[in-house]
Amino acid sequence: MSQFDLKIAIGGAAGQGIASVGNILAWIFARRGLHVLAYNAYQSIIRGGHTYLTIRTSDDPVTTHGDTVDILICLNQDTIDRHLVNLRAGSFVIFDEDKIKPGDVPDGVQVCGLPVKDLAKNPTNKRLSNTIATGAALYLAGFDIDPLVDSLEKQFSRKGPEVVAENLGSAQAGFDFAREHFSPLAGEIPDKRPGLPVISGNDALAMGGAAAGVKFYCAYPMSPATGVLHWMARNGPDLGIVVRQVEDEIGVITMAIGAAHAGVRAMCATSGGGFALMTEGIGFAAMTETPIVVINVQRAGPSTGVPTKTEQGDLWQMLGASQGDFPRIIVAPTDIADCFTTIPEIFNVADKLQCPAMVLTDLLISEGTGTVDPGVFKWDQKIDRGELITTSNGSNGDGPYLRYKITDNGISPRAIPGLDGYIHVAASDEQDENSILISDEFTNPLKRQAMVEKRGRKMASAKAMIPAPQLEGSPDAGLTLLGWGSTKGVLREARALLEADGVAANHLQIKWMVPLHDEEIMAILSKSKKVFIIENNYSGQFARYLRSETSFMADGHIRKYDGEPLQPHHVVDGVKELLKGESTLYVPTHEIMV
Amino acid sequence: MAAVTTAERPTITAKDFQGPVDPDWCPGCGDFGVLNSLKKTLAELGKAPHEVITVSGIGCSSNLPGFIHTYGMHTLHGRSIPVATGLQLANHDLTVVVTGGDGDGYGIGVGHLIHAMRRNVNLLYIVMNNEIYGLTTGQTSPTSLIGMQTKSNPEGNLDMPLNPLAMAISGGATWVGRGFSGEPKQLGQLMKAGMEHNGFSLLDVFSPCVTYNKDQTYPFFKERVKKLEDNGHDPSDWRQALEKAFTWSDEEIPIGLFFENRDRPALHETEPVLRKGGPLALRPLGISPKQGQALVDKLM
Repeated sequence: MSQFDLKIAIGGAAGQGIASVGNILAWIFARRGLHVLAYNAYQSIIRGGHTYLTIRTSDDPVTTHGDTVDILICLNQDTIDRHLVNLRAGSFVIFDEDKIKPGDVPDGVQVCGLPVKDLAKNPTNKRLSNTIATGAALYLAGFDIDPLVDSLEKQFSRKGPEVVAENLGSAQAGFDFAREHFSPLAGEIPDKRPGLPVISGNDALAMGGAAAGVKFYCAYPMSPATGVLHWMARNGPDLGIVVRQVEDEIGVITMAIGAAHAGVRAMCATSGGGFALMTEGIGFAAMTETPIVVINVQRAGPSTGVPTKTEQGDLWQMLGASQGDFPRIIVAPTDIADCFTTIPEIFNVADKLQCPAMVLTDLLISEGTGTVDPGVFKWDQKIDRGELITTSNGSNGDGPYLRYKITDNGISPRAIPGLDGYIHVAASDEQDENSILISDEFTNPLKRQAMVEKRGRKMASAKAMIPAPQLEGSPDAGLTLLGWGSTKGVLREARALLEADGVAANHLQIKWMVPLHDEEIMAILSKSKKVFIIENNYSGQFARYLRSETSFMADGHIRKYDGEPLQPHHVVDGVKELLKGESTLYVPTHEIMV
Repeated sequence: MAAVTTAERPTITAKDFQGPVDPDWCPGCGDFGVLNSLKKTLAELGKAPHEVITVSGIGCSSNLPGFIHTYGMHTLHGRSIPVATGLQLANHDLTVVVTGGDGDGYGIGVGHLIHAMRRNVNLLYIVMNNEIYGLTTGQTSPTSLIGMQTKSNPEGNLDMPLNPLAMAISGGATWVGRGFSGEPKQLGQLMKAGMEHNGFSLLDVFSPCVTYNKDQTYPFFKERVKKLEDNGHDPSDWRQALEKAFTWSDEEIPIGLFFENRDRPALHETEPVLRKGGPLALRPLGISPKQGQALVDKLM
């Protein structure tokens, strides 16, 4: 593990400027070429409440926001009351001593009360206390003031020289005060320049859409998926992407299907409640064999649930979305960079198979922000539209055009509307090869069977289009940590911590849920003496799915469903507990009250 | 889609729009008249079948795309409008005609309808309004009159009927008309005007259900309908249009062009990506590495 591993937390009420402190710090770290990951715990309010941003930086890739905090910046009394208990010896707590009183300080925690009234050049500007605290934090972390100066100049230059000067003065005052009164955290800060790009998972999904050739994006605002809409709305006009806000999610998916049927690549994103409204549309895409990509950024349900908290609770909603029995693709990206990579991948599969494709992320990685390897952003990706007919010389040339022609692989060449010689109707009713309905007076059981089988056959070629999951660690470790989607980072770190504690384990993370590489997965799991499944839900949705596909039953389960993501120690503690063999289920308790 | 000049075009007749199967509507259904008028109008406008897409929801009248030779999409119940919106925005060279019934458009789909009007999507929406649910064998519809007895309201309908024309005029539709399948000549003229209009056109059509609606029959309408054009109505005046939309009596149920606003551009003419360049569906996919790099630079 890395020598340099710094964790800073900032807490306060919504509206106090926590995000801007976080952005400044992330920019400073990333510009130095350090890896960064930030996770924000917040509530569904615009002002007030309690917001707690954790930002971690290291010269190694950061895969989870981690367990501990080195520097805690408290912007209000509530934060110090809640989080002082989470600090350990050697860490710092920074606060405005004019307004905030620390309670019982744990042994060894260094108390850095800032006399903000004396330090501030303009004591009436409340935001300056953030800047003073940021200056102090940066000194304590072992940085020079220079990158903070650059960052503030960049951030405030629009507001004029006075505002820049005020902020620079405040930052220097905080920095100097800390230097006069405290010693910084030990250790050299590696310099890994050039810098790294910083992005959220939602922005990565949207950018992945741009790389995939999305031309039509529509959505209804819903946390935590709204970031995708914002990116698309901001960048769509320059990139030739039509972006529409629609009246509801039923309108969203059906509008996207209409655009996709006309021949463009169309995408939409929502969260679980919006996806519930979309489900009839998923079946419509399946029946008309229209490729469409729908993103569900999961939040804690059911119903409105906990809008700003994370969960992996929608797997079965995706598996069962819409009436009837039909092929679909479901993928769960495993980290922020994978959000970008997955979208072009799944569009190619959807286009080739002409079926609905669903992307299942969650608040943790979609709203999580971090550095990614710039090599991830590939703009010359292969766009494979499958058997799509977009030009015509006036006739199909091979007899009448059969939109739903029965073929060996179930895939029928798809012509876009407007072409001479390819007239057809795409119907939500069951229809024959020639798109004449067989649902009403022409019902014919043999034709119906043939069409169901034609669609179903498409899945036979699906597995070969996507990579099988790869095991991390030794195949002979004896213990496998099995997760899916967004938990990759925390499981990777937990495995390293376990190994440091003498517990050997390997790690298998599942990304492609449907189709599932059942044989490859079982070949890996059959080598393990014990398999523990770790997921962010109550009933073990993935464990049940794996069992339904393979009859495999895991030896133990770690499940968290309090709205907050798993932290490495939750997994480590759970594995150790499960290894005692006294129980098959471990449910961690979240220690940080946010 | 290579542009075909008028000189090269073979003469198009209503027969060119003859569908692959005959309609399965009940004999005497008002929808036959709508289908015939639609085929004639498309021919009159010189549209080739492949330049047209008919989009429908679910219900008797929504089966229409299967009975006409054009591209078609037979969508979900109440969702024809958003599907057609996506189609029209993705290829604004297509002539988009949406067909359906009152249950489909004014009941389950009304939430989409009102927003499509606000957006002024360039399409013609023909609602075959029979004031009843036919395919589900006769229940109250959003336009059923108060007191109408149906299987779902044997004691008589209690709910105020929805006024589609008033809703459309106040909702932002830029062309609002009403026809009657018993007046095929005027119906054809209205369809033609609605299709030629640049923007959202709502054409409500009295299309009697001979099987389940024994109240609003052909004779019922024949006795009451009065043509707006015969009475000096000015469709550019929204106040007059609204007054006529609220006119419903034994002496007068107006039909004709209620309202028209020629000044407002259609959505695809104002949308930033579509207002320049050809149909979206025919544009190259993806973005250039230079554009991509600019996006990454913003993240540094």
